[in-house]
Amino acid sequence: MTNNLRVKSSKFIDETYKISFKFNNKTYYGYKGDTLASALLANNIHLVGRSFKYHRPRGIMTAGSEEPNAIVQLHKNTSRTEPNVRATEIEIYEGLEASSQNCWPSVNFDLGGINNFLSPVLPAGFYYKTFMWPASFWEKYEYFIRKSAGLGKSPTEPDPDIYEHKYIHCDVLIIGAGISGIVAAKTSAKNGFKTLLVDEKPHLGGSTIYQNSEHFKINNQISSSWLEKEINEIKKIDNLEIKTRTSVAAFHGYNFLLARENLTDHLPLHQRNEKVRHRLLKIRAKKVISATGSLERPLVFDNNDRPGILLSSAIEKYSNLFGVACGQKNVLFTNNDSAYETAISLFQKGINVEAIIDNREEVDSKLVKEIEKNNIKIYKGYTVVNTFGYKKINKISIMQLSKDGQKVVGSKISIDCDCLGMSGGWTPAVHLFTQSGGKLKFRDDDQVFIPNKYPSDQISIGSCNGEFTLDEILTGISKKLKDFLNIKKTDYENLEIQSHFNKTKRNIWLLPSDKIIGKTKPFVDYQNDTTAKDIKLALREGFRSIEHVKRYTTTGMGTDQGKLGNMHALGIISETAGSRMGELGTTTFRPPYTPLTFGTIVGRNVGEYFDVFRKTPIHDWHVENKAKFENVGQWKRAWFYPKENESMHEAVQRESKAARDSAGILDASTLGKIDIQGTDASEFLNRVYTNAWSKLAIGKCRYGLMLNEDGMVYDDGVTTRLDENHYIMTTTTGGAATVLGKLEDYLQTEWPELDVYLTSVTDHYATISVCGPNSKKIVSKVIPEIDLSDEKFPHMSFKNAKIDKVKCRVMRISFTGEQSYEINVQANYGKSVWDKCMQAGKEFNITPYGTETMHLLRAEKGFIIVGQDTDATMTPIDLQMDWIISKKKYDFIGKRSLYRSDTIREDRKQLIGLVTENPKEVLEEGAQIVADANKSPVEMLGHITSSYYSPNLEKSIALGVVKGGKNMIGRKLIIPMENKQIKVTVTDPVFLDKENKRLNA
Amino acid sequence: MFVIHCPYCGKREQSEFKAGGEAHIVRPKQPTELSDDQWAEYLFMRKNIKGVQFERWVHAHGCRKWFNMVRDTSNDEIKAIYKMGEKPPRKL
Ligand SMILES: [Zn+2]
Repeated sequence: MTNNLRVKSSKFIDETYKISFKFNNKTYYGYKGDTLASALLANNIHLVGRSFKYHRPRGIMTAGSEEPNAIVQLHKNTSRTEPNVRATEIEIYEGLEASSQNCWPSVNFDLGGINNFLSPVLPAGFYYKTFMWPASFWEKYEYFIRKSAGLGKSPTEPDPDIYEHKYIHCDVLIIGAGISGIVAAKTSAKNGFKTLLVDEKPHLGGSTIYQNSEHFKINNQISSSWLEKEINEIKKIDNLEIKTRTSVAAFHGYNFLLARENLTDHLPLHQRNEKVRHRLLKIRAKKVISATGSLERPLVFDNNDRPGILLSSAIEKYSNLFGVACGQKNVLFTNNDSAYETAISLFQKGINVEAIIDNREEVDSKLVKEIEKNNIKIYKGYTVVNTFGYKKINKISIMQLSKDGQKVVGSKISIDCDCLGMSGGWTPAVHLFTQSGGKLKFRDDDQVFIPNKYPSDQISIGSCNGEFTLDEILTGISKKLKDFLNIKKTDYENLEIQSHFNKTKRNIWLLPSDKIIGKTKPFVDYQNDTTAKDIKLALREGFRSIEHVKRYTTTGMGTDQGKLGNMHALGIISETAGSRMGELGTTTFRPPYTPLTFGTIVGRNVGEYFDVFRKTPIHDWHVENKAKFENVGQWKRAWFYPKENESMHEAVQRESKAARDSAGILDASTLGKIDIQGTDASEFLNRVYTNAWSKLAIGKCRYGLMLNEDGMVYDDGVTTRLDENHYIMTTTTGGAATVLGKLEDYLQTEWPELDVYLTSVTDHYATISVCGPNSKKIVSKVIPEIDLSDEKFPHMSFKNAKIDKVKCRVMRISFTGEQSYEINVQANYGKSVWDKCMQAGKEFNITPYGTETMHLLRAEKGFIIVGQDTDATMTPIDLQMDWIISKKKYDFIGKRSLYRSDTIREDRKQLIGLVTENPKEVLEEGAQIVADANKSPVEMLGHITSSYYSPNLEKSIALGVVKGGKNMIGRKLIIPMENKQIKVTVTDPVFLDKENKRLNA
Repeated sequence: MFVIHCPYCGKREQSEFKAGGEAHIVRPKQPTELSDDQWAEYLFMRKNIKGVQFERWVHAHGCRKWFNMVRDTSNDEIKAIYKMGEKPPRKL
C-alpha cells in the first residue's frame, strides 16, 4: 500500500522497530506499539469485516475493548487459531496473521451481502418467526445460516499454550490505570496498603496520557506531563503491584474478582514457547476502587455503520497515541464538546478537519472558539441524515434540526469526507460495578446511569462514576480517597486545574431523518445488526421489558455485549413507550467483561490433570497385569483383565466362570469404610438403617439398606460389629463421601444427644476379596491361625487375625453368592497380602476379576447395585426387599415415607428378573419394557437396569423395573428394539442358588 | 463467592462449604403418628424466600461441622452465623 497515513511521530510507537504482519493473506507493515487496528488504519484499511445479519461492510469503529465490528480470526487453520479477536486490542507482532471473519468467500465480495438488500424482509425476530417452521426444515436452514454467517471458527486441534491460575489477596485493588486509578494507587500504596493496580491496556495513564492540549492543565502542566510524573513515581513504590494487559472479567460478591493477565499475546510466536500465555487471577480484595472509565457513545442516524465512521475519541486516540490519521478529509458529528477536543488534536497534528456538525444550536466554549478561530466550519443545530459509500464513506448529507429535535427542516447539504467521527457523549463503564451487585441511578442532566449503592467495600471514581471532566475528576478525589481508605492526607489536596470543557449536551437517542423510519438503517447494535427500527417493531409487537426487547431484537447479545449501543436501545424504548429511563433499568451485565478463552478458564486442569483420580494400594499390580480400568467416582477400578487377544466379553465370561468353579480375587479397596464408635453406636445404626442392629453379636456382620427421608434407597453395604461400641460400616464406592456427610448431618443436627463418632477410613485399608469354592483353602494358607470351618467361622462373621505380624480384619461376607472372605489390611501392606493370596491360590487357578465380572456374578444372585438397579424412586418394597425392613423399630430414616399414599401404590415400578426366549440373546441395559408394542401409543411398563450373558447358567439374564412387576412372574413381555421385538419372561430376580447353598458351603 | 466465618475455624472461602437448605426444620419426634399431609409438610415444603433466610451450612472441606447462617438471598449478605442448637440472634 502506498497510502501511508502516519502523521507526526508518537512516543508510544517505536518507528525504528518495523513489524510485518498479514491481513487477509496480504503483507503489511506497522511499528512496535501498534495494534492491528492502528496498523491497518495507517495502511488506509478501514474495511475489516462483514456484519452478522446483513453482511454489510464494516470497519474499525473504536480504539478499545468495546469494538463491535473489527473482530478477526488469528492464525487460521493452525492450532493457535482464535476467533473474535478485537483488532483494536491485539498488539501486532512479527508473524501475525489475521483474517476477516463472517464473510464468504471474501470480505470484498460477500455473497451474504444479499441479505442487505433483503433487509425489508429480515426484521427483528425474523429467525425466530421464519426458521422455526416447519420444524423439520430446521436442519436445512441451519446449514445455510451457519455457512453464511457465524462468528469465526473455533480451533480443531489441542491448544498448544499453557495457562495457569493464581490467587491474589490484597488490601486495595484498583481497576483501571487512567488518571483516577493512578491517583488512587499512589494514595493507597503510600499509606501502607498492599495495593494491586490492573489495566487492560499495555500502557498506563488511560486517555489522559496522550492528551496534549493546552486546554487541560494540572498545576500548570499539560495533563499528560503531570500524569507521566505520577506514573514514574508509583513505579517505585514497593507495596504496589502493577499489572498491565490485565482485564478484569468478573466482579463477584464479597470483593472476589477474576482477571485475565495476558502474558504472551503481544510476542512473536517463536518467543512464546514454554511460557504461560494467560494467567487467570483470582483476586480477593479487602477494598476495591473501580476506575474503569467511560465509553464514548455513537450517534444513531441512517447508515451510521459504514467503514470510515468511527467514534470521535477513537480518531483522537489513533492520532495522538499511534500517530495515525484515520482520514484525510475528516468530519466530526457531535452533541457535546468532546468532538472539539478531537478536532483540536487533529489540527495540532496537521490532520485536516473539514467540518463539525453539532446538534446543539448554541455553543460557545473555549474549545468551540478555538475551532472557529481556525476557520473550521461548524454546522450548529444540524444533524447527519445519511451517509454514502459502500466499502468506505465518501459523503454525508446533513439537515437542520427542528427546535424540538424531532424533525429535520430546510434543505440538504452534502459534504465530501473519507472519515466521520461521532460523539454522542459518554457512558460510564459500570459493568463491573453492577456485576458485583451494585445498584445504579439515572442522572437526567446528561442521561447517564451512575453507581448509587455499593454492595461491598468499594467505590467508583472518575468517569465510571459520571465525573467526566478533568476538574470534576480531580477536585473531589482527595476527599473520596480519604473517606474510603480512612486516611488523613493525600498528595492531591490543592491541585490547580484548568479544564475548558463545557458540559452542555443535546441528547437525541434516535436522530430524525427526512425519510420515514422504515426506509432507514440507523444501527444501534452494530455487531448484531439491530436497528432503531427493529427496537420500535419489538415495542409495536408488545414487548415492554428491556430484557425481552434485548432477546427479541438480539441487541446487546454480541461478543461486545452491546457496550456501545445498549444506552441507545434503552433511550429509544423509553421515548417510544413513554417510560422513564431510570425506571426501565438496564439489562444485566454478565461476566466476562471481555471474552475469555477456554484455556484461561481451565488453566492447568487439562489432560491427566483434568480431574484428580484415586488409586488403590494394589493399582500397580492391575496395571502390570494388563487390566482395563473404569472410573467409579474418582477411583480407577480394574474393570477386567483380558488375556492375549481376548475381547471384553471373553475375559468377563472366563473370570466369572473361574470365580464360581474354583476361586476368584477382587480388589475391593475402593468400598467406602466408616469407623463408628461411641456408646450409642448401635442406636445410631438402628436409626439410619432399615433393619435392627441392637442384637447383632460382636464379631458378626449384617447387610444394611439406607434410605432417604423420602423412603427411597440411598446406599447399602455390610456393617460389622467389632466391639460393644465399635462398628465398621462399608458403603458403595461412589457413595462413601455423601453417606458420611449425611450421617454427620443427622448426628450433629437431629441427634446431638447421641454419643457417636464417625471417621472415614476408606483410604486406611486395602480390601481383598477371595471367593469361590476353593476360597476357604486359599485363605487358610494365607492366614493359618484362623479356624475357617463353617462352624467356627460361618457366613456373616468376622475375626481379627495376623498375617506375618501384620494385623488384619477378616470378614466372611459375599457379594457374589459364593463363599467368600474379605481381608482388610493396613493399606501399605495391601499389595503384599494380594501377592500372598495369588501365590496361595496358584494351585487353584485363582483368577483376578474386575468390576464387570463382579457385576455379572451379583446379578446371577439377584443382588442389587444402588444407582444401577435403583434410581432415586425405588423403595425397598419396590426392590422386593421387604425382609430388610424392621417391623419392630419405632422409627428409622425414611420409615414414615414407606406408607405414604404414593409409596404404597401397587403399580409402582418394581424390581424383577427377565429371561429371553432365545437364551443367547442379551438385552440392552436401558431398553424399554412393554406388553404390547403394536398398541398406539405404546405403554411403557419399565426398563432394563442390568443385563448379562451368564456363563454359569448358560443363558441371558437381566434385571429390570416394571410397573406392578411383583405380580407378573411368568408373564411374557416385549423389549422393542429398533428392528426387532425381543420376547422375554418375567422371573424372580434371583437366578442362581436361591437356597444359599454355595454361600454357606 | 462468599467469605464465610466458620464458628469453629474462622474465615474461609465459600468453596470449602456446602449449603444444606432451610434451617430450624426439626425432624418430627414421632413420624409414625403424622398424617401423610403433615409428613409431606416436613419432608417437602420449604420457604425459599427472596430476602432474609435462615439456612444450614456445613464446613464440608474443613472441620465438617454444621452451623446456621442468616443470609439475605437478594444480595447474599450474611447477617449472622451461629452454632447448631443455638437460637438465632434477635437483632439482625
Ligand atoms: Zn470449620
